[in-house]
Amino acid sequence: MSKFLKLLRKKWFDWLLKIALRLAAVLTIGVLFIIVGYILIRGIPTLEASMFAFKFNSDNQSMFPALISTVIITLISLVLAVPLGVFSAIYLVEYAKRGNKAVGVIRVTAETLSGIPSIVYGLFGFLFFVIFMKWGNSVLAGSFTLAIMILPLIMRTTEEALKSVPDSFREGSFGLGAGRLRTVFRIVLPSAMPGILAGVILGIGRIVGETAALLYTAGTVAQIPSGLNVFTGDVFWQDSARTLSVHMYSLYREGLYIDKMYGTAVILLLLVIVLNTVSTFIAKKLTKK
Amino acid sequence: MEKKFEITDLNLWYDAFQALKNINIEIPKNNVTAFIGPSGCGKSTFLKTLNRMNDLVEGCKINGKILLDGEDVYGDIDVNALRKRVGMVFQKPNPFPMSIYDNVAFGPRTHGKRSKHALDEIVETALKNAAIWDEVKDRLKKSALSLSGGQQQRICIARALAVSPDVILMDEPTSALDPISTSKIEDLIFDLKEKYSIIIVTHNMQQAARISDLTAFFLLGELIETGDTDKIFSMPKNKKTEDYITGRFG
Repeated sequence: MSKFLKLLRKKWFDWLLKIALRLAAVLTIGVLFIIVGYILIRGIPTLEASMFAFKFNSDNQSMFPALISTVIITLISLVLAVPLGVFSAIYLVEYAKRGNKAVGVIRVTAETLSGIPSIVYGLFGFLFFVIFMKWGNSVLAGSFTLAIMILPLIMRTTEEALKSVPDSFREGSFGLGAGRLRTVFRIVLPSAMPGILAGVILGIGRIVGETAALLYTAGTVAQIPSGLNVFTGDVFWQDSARTLSVHMYSLYREGLYIDKMYGTAVILLLLVIVLNTVSTFIAKKLTKK
Repeated sequence: MEKKFEITDLNLWYDAFQALKNINIEIPKNNVTAFIGPSGCGKSTFLKTLNRMNDLVEGCKINGKILLDGEDVYGDIDVNALRKRVGMVFQKPNPFPMSIYDNVAFGPRTHGKRSKHALDEIVETALKNAAIWDEVKDRLKKSALSLSGGQQQRICIARALAVSPDVILMDEPTSALDPISTSKIEDLIFDLKEKYSIIIVTHNMQQAARISDLTAFFLLGELIETGDTDKIFSMPKNKKTEDYITGRFG
């Protein structure tokens, strides 16, 4: 009898666990679908040609300048942060001696930095780049601030990616008489590329979604940063600009064009998809070589 | 017999643990020398000192002398050039995640060979010498990871041959393979000893008896006995060797 009961209880438990797991999966995916669906339903009807006008004015509330600024700020931040993050991770994993004290300190620092709220980065960027460096509210100040913000993220993910490359690859390469530099760049980095890319995509996500840090540093001017004259020092990166997220925030704060905010959200969603696809494509190209 | 390696009074520590104690041995040219002994006896460690792969292990200290053709391996020497001369095949097949061709060409490219024609030739010769050419000649551009374990190991052997070494170190090269692949690699080792000096670490005593000319028996970091394989297996001088090869421990 008791054996039968035990079996019954076990069956019950199995059944319960199965239901719980399914529920968790359905909930997670459900939430995602609801958010995306809600944005699309509210946003798509509001989209109209005037929202993509080249110049922003208070009638059209064009998001086109913000779109361009988002791409520019994302690119500059990545160009600053990715090489620095990847190279420092290479140093930590491949060159520094294991158990080195400095390495431990760097790791803890990076972990702490990645937990700091972005508005604190914004404040730092404002005090340092905007005021102290006299860059003013500008694309450059914003990009540098965001670069510093995503640096620990890039570094940590690259570190994990490098660590997950089996030591047998390194041994094989060293065993053939390849030096450390060749081993790292020909064997280890290509194998770690997917992991590094995951970090870059996370970084893109943080940049595109950032508002607080940019309000202080890049400002909120809604025109395309377009200075071109290098000789007079009037270059596009010295202009203030707003990204799509900041644009959304402004629309929300002003309260007059809430529907257009949803339209902007649709475009932001698309932009993230496009940026991720492009970076996956680039990484695939790089790995093939 | 002409000697390739000459090792005198070699001691090795991992931090405080002494892994090798006073090793003295000569390893002849164009022969197969087998290192046998129970797990943790230091045979793999010793193998790795011969091409300085232990340099990569932190806390590893070495004293004593290892001469390769009369040249001090731990003296003023280019480590990368040493590893080109003393190639290595590992316990688990470890082809790089790239094509078969690129795997074999990796070594020659490392050492400055760039011309397509020369590389083609080196790759073909190496694959032929590793007895795998016929199986892969139509798919050189395919990933080496798509091959079976035994084929992968022969790719690794071809990769080691492609830099034209004098010596090939093999660290239990067949322990992860099935019997058929194992016998293929054993046949291969037999052919290779004409051109190369081969040192093989093995757990499998039948294997040592089948393929090696000389055998060295290690126990707890010490070299207990060394001599012709026939003699070691038929009438070992040391009691411990006898106990080990007759399976009383190990």
